[in-house]
Amino acid sequence: MFKKRVAIQDFAAESRLFNQRAVFAILFVVLMFSVIVFNQYQLQIVSYQDYQTRSEGNRIKVVPLAPNRGLIYDRSGILLAENRPVFSLELIPEQINDMAGTLAELATLIEFTAEQQDAFLKQVRAQRRFNSITLKEQLDDQEVAILAANQHRFPGVTVEARLSRHYPFGDLFTHALGYIGKINTRELQQLELDGEAANYAASRDIGKIGLERFYQRELHGTMGYQEVEVNNRGRLIRVLRSVPAVSGQNIQLGIDVGLQLTAQQILKQHRGAIVAIDPRDGAVLAFYSNPSYDPNLFVHGISSANYNELLNSRDRPLINRVTQGVYPPASTIKPHLALLGLESRTITTSTKIWDPGYYTLPNSDHRFRDHIRWGHGWVDIYTAITKSCDTFFYDMGIKLGIDRISEYMHKMGFGEKTGIDILEESSANMPSRGWKRARHNQPWYPGDTVPLSIGQSYWTTTPLQLAVATTPLLNRGKLVTPHMVTAFNNGEITAANILPPRQVLEVENEQNYAVVMDTMHQTVSTLGGTAHRAFIGAQYSSAGKTGTAQLAAIAQDAKYNADAIDERLRDNAMYLGYAPYDKPTILVVVALENAGGGGSNAAPLARQLMDYYFTAGVNRDE
Amino acid sequence: MNDDFTGNARHSRLAQFHIDTPLLLGLLALIGFGLMVLYSASGQSIVMMERQIVRLGIALAVMIAFAQIKPQTLKRWSFPLFLVGVALLVAVMLVGSVGKGAQRWLDLGFMMFQPSEIMKLAVPMAVAWFIASHSLPPRILHLLGGVLMCAVPTLLIAQQPDLGTSILIATAGVFVLFLSGMSWRLIAFVAGLISAFLPILWLFLMREYQRQRVLTFLNPESDPLGSGYHIIQSKIAIGSGGFDGKGWLHGTQSQLEFLPERHTDFIFAVLSEEFGMLGVLILLAIYLFIIVRCMIISSRAQDNYSKLVAGSFTLTFFVYVFVNIGMVSGLLPVVGVPLPLVSFGGTSMVTLMAAFGVIMSVGTHKRMLAAP
Repeated sequence: MFKKRVAIQDFAAESRLFNQRAVFAILFVVLMFSVIVFNQYQLQIVSYQDYQTRSEGNRIKVVPLAPNRGLIYDRSGILLAENRPVFSLELIPEQINDMAGTLAELATLIEFTAEQQDAFLKQVRAQRRFNSITLKEQLDDQEVAILAANQHRFPGVTVEARLSRHYPFGDLFTHALGYIGKINTRELQQLELDGEAANYAASRDIGKIGLERFYQRELHGTMGYQEVEVNNRGRLIRVLRSVPAVSGQNIQLGIDVGLQLTAQQILKQHRGAIVAIDPRDGAVLAFYSNPSYDPNLFVHGISSANYNELLNSRDRPLINRVTQGVYPPASTIKPHLALLGLESRTITTSTKIWDPGYYTLPNSDHRFRDHIRWGHGWVDIYTAITKSCDTFFYDMGIKLGIDRISEYMHKMGFGEKTGIDILEESSANMPSRGWKRARHNQPWYPGDTVPLSIGQSYWTTTPLQLAVATTPLLNRGKLVTPHMVTAFNNGEITAANILPPRQVLEVENEQNYAVVMDTMHQTVSTLGGTAHRAFIGAQYSSAGKTGTAQLAAIAQDAKYNADAIDERLRDNAMYLGYAPYDKPTILVVVALENAGGGGSNAAPLARQLMDYYFTAGVNRDE
Repeated sequence: MNDDFTGNARHSRLAQFHIDTPLLLGLLALIGFGLMVLYSASGQSIVMMERQIVRLGIALAVMIAFAQIKPQTLKRWSFPLFLVGVALLVAVMLVGSVGKGAQRWLDLGFMMFQPSEIMKLAVPMAVAWFIASHSLPPRILHLLGGVLMCAVPTLLIAQQPDLGTSILIATAGVFVLFLSGMSWRLIAFVAGLISAFLPILWLFLMREYQRQRVLTFLNPESDPLGSGYHIIQSKIAIGSGGFDGKGWLHGTQSQLEFLPERHTDFIFAVLSEEFGMLGVLILLAIYLFIIVRCMIISSRAQDNYSKLVAGSFTLTFFVYVFVNIGMVSGLLPVVGVPLPLVSFGGTSMVTLMAAFGVIMSVGTHKRMLAAP
């Protein structure tokens, strides 16, 4: 092979060979370029629409805009729930390479607790990477300034300003207004079930209890959105289109701040509740449960220490005593039973019975005591109510029987939810034969009817229920549905929220209403009436009924001695009153836990509330 | 000067400086178009434009300088240059600077220098010198010698690691062998050998990131936010350009920086997005014109060395174009190859223009050799 190396070079052949290869190479180049052109055709012509869409998807982000939550006003336009700007420290995980390092550096500038950091990291794991997640809420001015100055050091860390709920009156309206808090998983699922989730894309908070929860939909408003052009880091380049959010509706309450403050002041010493309604339409005028707490604690997520304190408090501040406080109504329901007695002709206005201080059932020697040991002597319906004679009602109750009592009282609203515009409500209990069978698997004994006739034993009500169940007495058989909200958006009333009074009683003798109302008036107006002393010197006429609910069983021969028994087992004081007595515009129920007698403890508070009501001119109709 | 194109003073004057006018016009068209795209791709950065223009000026000067060197001179210096290049590669391996995880640079005190750039020229020149010193087509032993001359620098560069450059350099050498007329049978045999070599390449020579690139290439959607992001965004940019593009400076993918490395390796995507398929066809036409013109110069060259060097440079230039466009449009895996004379970039542009200088030298010096 090596010998041929010296062969003479054939330049023509070599040139031909090279040219062949060159032509082949050019053909190859053209072929490869054709491949590129074909590929470009596939990408730019055939799949153009697809890539065009993806390009737009890259560039255009839809940013939801949260609506401003509706405001809440009292009856005279005083703001009870407002929105204030607050600043929060937020991080976008997508834009942060070294989360641990960033947090450590932030910690040198801003104080945040380990609890806050844990909650934050939990959210980081749970949420999508490009969502911004709050590390610390409610930054003060100094913290905002520090963060602004160091902004450049922390890509992906921002200070967000947003409106936050604030309740300027603190604990005054907690049980009425409730509060809002962050939307939790369960609430989100519910929103999804209701098809509302899309409207909440920009919302963080939701009403948790009270009016904030009941009127969540109205208060929330409608989300808006912006179509924005963003760059690869998600930074906003420009706004392409904007649809503003529609603020939630403002709502106005029938509650009067002054009356509410009065209720708070007079309840200061007690656990209990005060509720005042307009008996004509059910508008709530005052609604206070004591002890209360500051709802602002919940808006930004309450600390577990604070929450445990509230939860475990022996005074149970979280309970809404107006609607969830289940108390024996005691003698306050005597007027209601009296109406039934008169209507059923079990008694008449001239019926009199002898009260020796106790009542016994036939063939029994068990003595049901009257609250006056020596008895009232001869008692008619007037005396039985003004002086709160128990024996008269024991006797009438036995004659009426459980079935009639149960049916009639249910009609008046006892044992039923009132339908007020908050969801935290108990129906309490108006017992019946069926109820006892189901609950205790026992038949109903006449001995059960006796204490029931003075609003004890199985019979319980909430303060609000007692007030509402009294409205048929005042409205000639019409029961109102209580409501705190009286108007939306400054007077534009939505009828669906306010139901007209319903006729629940068909009374044979209209005169019976007057009799019952008269007995209640005399309780206040006549010397010796149980509420007389409390209302001496009042500038208005009123009517009412006291109640003293016994919580501790007292042995047959023992004497009730308030000092001798546990404070928590002392009698509850109740008062049910309204004014003016002939044309009532305010109906008040006061319930005090372990306070003692209703006439001496609860009635004076109702007097103070009514005094304010009439002197401050809360009732603008009169 | 018995120039064929007498009558046109400008042509003859350019020819005096050993400039091939059609090729120069082609290159200027490419540079002009490239600068226009770069202005957009750089986010309208005047600073970048100035740097690129200065670099292009240097590169053009280098081209003109190389065009003045006679092919014979180049031939004489081919092998020594090759040896120097190999020595420098060894030096890089021993004392080179590390950048972006690869040891490619040699610090000369006043500038950083990439010896692999020299080899882009030196390897095909040396192989051409070796092959052309014997009659064509080359014998098997000469071919083996040529392969060895390719293999040494290729492996040295591959271990830096710079797989893209090493493959391009090997390709340049292989093009010389192909153009020299090695038999098709042998070509088929070597192709078979290379396919057999691929698993070894995959298992032993490729680094993890290089394997990842290939895997991503095979299925970019598997990791849309990670390594697949480049290619997905690039294809979106290209596809959304459509037939006539979104308009100069109006490509949303590039202007809003969804497209990574938009002014360097992925500049073709910017062009595709803003000028559409029409722009791509114009670009390819310019490239094809340059390639065909260079091949014509090669085939007209007087001696085998000139033919082989010029032909190899031309085909290597094509490979650059194809690999870059192929990678940006998803036909090939992502390897760091710039789009010739369009991408913002340093040394490689100078090397490229030096190669065009050599081609011009080949095209303009032959008659003077043939005449006497």
